[in-house]
Order: sequence, then C-alpha cells, then structure tokens
Amino acid sequence: MKNAEIKTQQKRMQFMPDIKKGLIRNIVPVVFAVLCIIGACIAQARPLFLLSSVTIRMARNLLLVFSLIIPVVTGLGLNFGIVLGAMAAQIALVAVTHWEITGISGFIVTALLSVPLSIFFGWLTGRILNRAKGNEMITSMMLGFFANGLYQLLFLFVLGGIIPMVNKTIMLPSGIGIKNTVALRGLKYALDNVIKIEYDDLIIPIFTFIVIAVMALAIKFLLQTKLGQELRCVGQDMNIAEASGIDVDKMRITAVILSTILAAWGQLIHLQNIGILQTYGSHEQVGLFAVASILIGGATVTKATIGQAILGTFLFHSLFIISPMAGQKLVGEPQVGEYFRAFVAYGVIGLSLGLHAWQKQQAARNKFEE
Amino acid sequence: MNKPIIQLVDICKEYYGNQVLKKVNVSVRPGEVHALVGENGAGKSTLMNILFGMAVIHNTGGFSGQVFFDGEKVDITSPKEAMDKGIGMVHQEFMLLPGFTITENIKLNREITKHNVISKILGEKMKSLDMESMRKDARKALDTLGLDIYEMLSVEGLPVGHKQFIEIAREIDKTNVRLLVFDEPTAVLTEIEAELFLKAVKKLASTGIAILFITHRLNEVMRVADNITILRDGEVVGKLAREEASVEKMARLMVGRKIDRIQKTEKKSNGSIDENILEIKNLKVNMPGERVKDVSLEVKKGEILGIGGLAGHGKIGIANGVMGLYPSSGEVVFNGDKIKLNNPKDALSKGMAFVSEDRRGVGLLLEESIEKNIALTAMQVQGKFLKRIAGINFALTWKIRAHARKIIKELDIRCTGPEQITRRLSGGNQQKICIARAISLEPELLFVSEPTRGIDVGAKKIVIDLLLKLNQEMGMTIIITSSELAELRSICDRIAIIYDGKLEGVLPPDADDTDFGLMMAGGHGKAKEVS
Repeated sequence: MKNAEIKTQQKRMQFMPDIKKGLIRNIVPVVFAVLCIIGACIAQARPLFLLSSVTIRMARNLLLVFSLIIPVVTGLGLNFGIVLGAMAAQIALVAVTHWEITGISGFIVTALLSVPLSIFFGWLTGRILNRAKGNEMITSMMLGFFANGLYQLLFLFVLGGIIPMVNKTIMLPSGIGIKNTVALRGLKYALDNVIKIEYDDLIIPIFTFIVIAVMALAIKFLLQTKLGQELRCVGQDMNIAEASGIDVDKMRITAVILSTILAAWGQLIHLQNIGILQTYGSHEQVGLFAVASILIGGATVTKATIGQAILGTFLFHSLFIISPMAGQKLVGEPQVGEYFRAFVAYGVIGLSLGLHAWQKQQAARNKFEE
Repeated sequence: MNKPIIQLVDICKEYYGNQVLKKVNVSVRPGEVHALVGENGAGKSTLMNILFGMAVIHNTGGFSGQVFFDGEKVDITSPKEAMDKGIGMVHQEFMLLPGFTITENIKLNREITKHNVISKILGEKMKSLDMESMRKDARKALDTLGLDIYEMLSVEGLPVGHKQFIEIAREIDKTNVRLLVFDEPTAVLTEIEAELFLKAVKKLASTGIAILFITHRLNEVMRVADNITILRDGEVVGKLAREEASVEKMARLMVGRKIDRIQKTEKKSNGSIDENILEIKNLKVNMPGERVKDVSLEVKKGEILGIGGLAGHGKIGIANGVMGLYPSSGEVVFNGDKIKLNNPKDALSKGMAFVSEDRRGVGLLLEESIEKNIALTAMQVQGKFLKRIAGINFALTWKIRAHARKIIKELDIRCTGPEQITRRLSGGNQQKICIARAISLEPELLFVSEPTRGIDVGAKKIVIDLLLKLNQEMGMTIIITSSELAELRSICDRIAIIYDGKLEGVLPPDADDTDFGLMMAGGHGKAKEVS
C-alpha cells in the first residue's frame, strides 16, 4: 500500500543512523571510554581486580545517579540538591544506629524513615526551585551548601545538646554531638548480604543489583504513566504545559521529591556497603559525583536516560580506579592519578555544561540559516 | 441549522478610558466560515479575549454587551470555561512540544489512560497511557484534515505547515468542539501549505463546526469566508457576504480614514536629493515574531522614509537588524561604507542612531537619571563628555549636565530636573529622552521605531513635530517604522510597505487607501515604485 510505504519512509528518514553524527552526539562517553582503555593499558591491572572494584562501585552509586533522571526530564536540569536526600538518609541512619536495629530489618526501617524526611526536604527544595526558574542548577547547589550548615548544627549541637541521647557509643566524648565517624556495624552489608556471589576477589551483591534494577524499572514505568507524561510535558515547555491545564509548579515539586527519595535510598545503599558513616563528610560529594557520572554517560541538562546513567557510572568509576594506578605506573606517584580524578569530576561538569550551551547556540544559528 | 452558534451583541470595551470596542456585533452559524478582518489595533484580539473570558478583560473592568452561545446567554469567565463549552482556539504561535510525538501533542493533557496494578493502589496519576487508542484518535483527527503524515513522528523538525495542522487536529479531537477560532493561521504558512489549510477549513466547516477566521490576507478571505466582518478602530465598518465583497472593497474599508497631512515647509537642501544615504541589500533578520526574510531598500539623503505593514510581518526587524540588535545577514551600505552587521557599535559610530520600539526594555535605563540616559550612548560610542586622564576615562559631569539642560529645554521634557530617574516619567517624555539620546550622537540617519506607541494623543503630536523639525532644520534623514499608517502618511516622503518579511512596494503618502490596504494584505503583486 502506498500510504504505508510513505509512513515507513518517513520513519526511516527520522531514525536513519548516521555514524558520524552519532559519534559527535556521543562524544563525551566515547572520549571517556578511550581514556579508560588507555589508562587500563598503562596501569596493566589485573582484569579481575578491575572488574570487582567496578562492580562494587556500581552497586554503591547507581541509584544515586538514577535519582537525577526525573528532574532532568521535568526540565529542572541536574539536581545538585540530591545532597539533601543523602542527608535525610544519614539522619535516618544515625537514628537507627542509635536504636541499634540491625540487619536487613534495620535497613528497611532506615529506608522507611528516610522517606518522610526526603519528602519534606524535597518539598522545600522544590518550592525554592519554583522561585528560581531558569537557575535551578546553581540554586540547588547552593541549597546543598546551606543545608549542610543546618545539618552540622543538628548533628554537632542539637543531638545530645537539646535532644538527649541515651546511646552514648555514637556520641562525642562530651556527650553533645555525633562522632566524626560512626561505624554502621549492624547495617554493614545489610542489603548486599541477602544474596551475593563470591569468587576469589570478586564479590557480586546480587540482591543489591536486583533492588537497583527494580528501581530502574520503577522510574521507567513512572515516566510512562499519566504522571510521567505530565512531568515530561513540563520539562519540554512550562508555558504550554500551563496552558493545557497542567499544574506546573506542583509537577516540579513532585519531581524534586521523587528525586530526593531516590537519592536517600541511594545513599543508604552506598553507606551500607562502605559500613562507615563519615558524619560530616559522606554526603558532601554526592551531588557532584552523581552529576559527573551521568554527564559522562552522555546525558545533558535536558536529556537523561537509565542507559546513560549506567554507562556513565561505569566509565566514571572505572576511571576512578584506573587513574591512580596509571599515575603510579607513569610517574611513580599515585597522587597524580588522585589529582586527575578530582580534575575529571569538575572538568567534565564544566565541559558538558559548556558544550550544552554551545549546542543550543548552534541549533539557534542553524534554525536562522534555514 | 441556521440558528447562530455564537452571537456577540453590542460589545463595548474600554481600557483606561480608551474605547477599543464600540457596539460590535458578530454572529456565526454552524458550518459557516466567518472572517474577521482589520488592521492591528482594530480590536480583533480584544474581541477574542472577551469571547475566551481572558483574565485581562476582567482585570480591566470587564465589558458591556451580551454573549449568546447556542441561543443561551452566557457569561464566560475563564478560557477553561470557553473550552468546556466547545469553543476551540488555534493559536498564532504554536503550542506544541517539539520532543513529543504528533499523537502525544494532539492528546496533550487529555491522554487516554488505562488501569494497571499500581494505579489501582496509588490512584489515577499512575495510570498507563493507552497509546494505541491515542494513536487511533490522532489518526482520525489528521484524516479529517486530510493530512497524510505518520502520527508517531516527533514534532521536532516538521515543517511549520504540518505543525499548524497538528494544532488544528488537537482542537478538533476535542469531541465537543463547536466553534473554532483561528488567529491569523496562515501567517506562517507557505502558499502551498496555506492552500491545503484552506481546504481543511472548508472541510471542517462542512462537518457543522462554526469557524471564526481572523486574518489579514484578503484573498484568502475571498476564498473561504462565507461572511466577512471588517473592524476599524473598534467599530464594525462593514459586514459583507462573499458575493458582494471584493479585495479592493475590503482593503478600502480596513484602512480608510482621514489623513491630516502636515504641511511641510521647504526643505533645506543637503546636497543632491537623489543621493542614496543608505542601501540595504538582501537583508535578513532573525527577530522573533518580526522576521525579515529578504529586504532591499534604498534611502535617499534628507528624506523621511516610512516603513509600514502589519504586525508580525517584519517591519520592526529592519531597523533592529541594521543596527545590529538581532542576528542578521545581507549587506548594508551607509554613505558608501559597508556596515558590519551584528555589531551595534559599528552602526552607531558610522553615524546612524536608533530609537527602539521597546522603550522600557532596550531604550531606557529606567533606574538612571535623565542626564545619564541622554549622554550614555554618546559617551560609549563617541567618547563625548569624557576626559582621559592617566588611561582612565572620567565623565565630565558638568558638561553632561549642561547638555541635558539644553536638550530638556529644546525638547520640552517635563521633569523635575536632569537628575530625575526615568522610570516614573510619562510615556511621551520617556520617548523624548530616547530621541534625545539618539540625537546626542548627532547622527546623519535616525531610525525611529513605533515612536508614538503607548503615548497619549497630545504627546504624539509633539513627538511627530520633533521628528519633522529634526529632518527639516538639521537635515537628518529619518526612517520611521510605525504600525499607524495614518501617522506615516502625515509626515513621510515615501512609505515602504513590508509584507511577509519582504518589501511589497513603496508608495507616496497620498496614494489611494486601496493601494495601501492591498499592499499590507500582500495582494498587490507588482510594487509601484515612486521616486
């Protein structure tokens, strides 16, 4: 049928693969993949060691990176405010450690406890971001710094100072404030240990990965519901969304809340694997590293997928592991690699944001020349 | 069948004592295509705002008159209410999401959903989208319009014509739609697209939907409209059935008004009058909403050239493009010198100045004093009022003050003194300051855009007189861009009419109303050049 032919042709025209264009579009992940391969060649690390390190780090970080997807889809950009989710998780963790609830039940209680906290934090963040439309990223970043101040006040002074703490093991010797490092003895590997495979150095926390996969599917599902459609619509154009009767501000707040909850759970998974809570430091880099990961995966301020999150996390952490080793081999100084890591994290964010702005300009120019 | 679906009876509306609609009556029957024709500011949009219950109407004291929908008196207080009643609107600018498919756009926020396990627990919002049913509906709507395009394509990158159709498809997909309003739907379409579109409109009307069609393109009106209402200055000046209408007749009704020609005194001669001071060749300007597609124009030394045309056709873009405020391409030669485009400083330093139509946005520093506003560009571009000491430029405040005092007196700017900030001055006085800043550059050529927009009648005359004075006494060449044709005809030597981003023709100010009307509506074909 002629009609059908036209349709397939139109379809083909739109999806026609163009290798060069594809390469340019995916320039960021390609560059990082090349860097990883070169680094691995120089470092000459044992493949099994590499694999096990990357697997553990993926398990730790994936959910945190996933938490960035919904705000990007909703047009809020990269939500550096997931730091607040991490704080919610840590508050819940301290409470549960204080009550000495252990094992998987302890983990579940922590996860549940972090939800109301995240909803509250996310709601606040969302309300502030609604007043800063167009500047969400820098606002959410600053909000993270500001929240850090309140967080420190809570943990250094309020706990023990105003709220009496019965369990002294996690308190500073003076009895006021939480210790710098809290060992999460009861919760260490709480989730990982449910099902895991061990082989030589390689440990694969199967159950953690199952949980992460379920969350990924949940995000995918969510984006395909009516709610998801509204979120995407807001992300595309707030004015049109408003005109077609969608409550834009509410949708944006919803997106931030969801992101904050996911970040809280992500931080929980992260910390149960590490087993030690750096009370005043664990959350600080969360936003930065997650954002760097997803950007390396090829996501932009306006587009992010689960696949990009997974790829980015893999590349970012591979580079994290490989670069100190390569630095050691090259100049006998692992610090060089360490330096490279920090350089990469900040550099990639700056570069991607710059590239994104450039692409936008380019698109505008192309449109003009049409 | 022949009972009107919508009747607007004796509609009057005033904004701040300014009567914008005077006893307007319009009615449309099911299956009828009714064209509403008029110049900018004739009151078409206000009428539509009333029909849709827009907030702007209620915030400015409502309106008087009655609206009947389907024979019943109604009081529409919000756009949503209008939509619920079955009044649909196809907007001038597209309300489409580029990243969504055609289907998703047609069904925007009216998605068909179905239950799944999770939605039964967490509620409506978690329902899945029934993409298959949505597709079918979208297909049906597209077929009604006769648009053969795959409904799952992404809207991004589709030609504008298709976008317009999708916009319409969305309206007709709303099951209850009974009246469709098109606000200048063909403004962005190519001729072939417009052709298809008009066919679709007829097809829609034949299904019994009433159509209200707002447009400037008079030959389209002749093609599709069953009845025509012509508005001018808020009044219905003509109601025609298609059989009795002609393009010329409509054009005359649309534009026609008395012209007060200001008597000009003999000009001081600045060299040969036939010398071109400015030559514009193939100018393209990407100014959103006022895109210039290809304009070539010559301006003679010492003349006042008017640039007219309807809103959105690009007349405003020309001055903005030449002065480098919006990205542009082409060639502009000023006094034999090629001007660097996209570089306001070059244009200014070569001796051109610009009074922007966006007085409060681009034109003035609202929180700064009158004297700073007047002196700013001259300081920046020509280094006037500055003294360089040890590599640092110092402003000579006393010189600025003296200059400001002189200009305030000359232009009769009503203010408390040169130090007053400009925000709270009246529109007319603000406009004078914009002009004062431009003439502080002592330009040879002055662009003035919409000089009388938003200022009261008395001030209008003063501004126009001032421009005339600059032209006659200082020999300044002036290019005035204005939506008010009457104003252009009162002082210009020649008037260029821009249509669809291109030069439609150049007319003498005393040309026939019909010629102006036709040119503005793009129906003139050949340009009539005057010398």
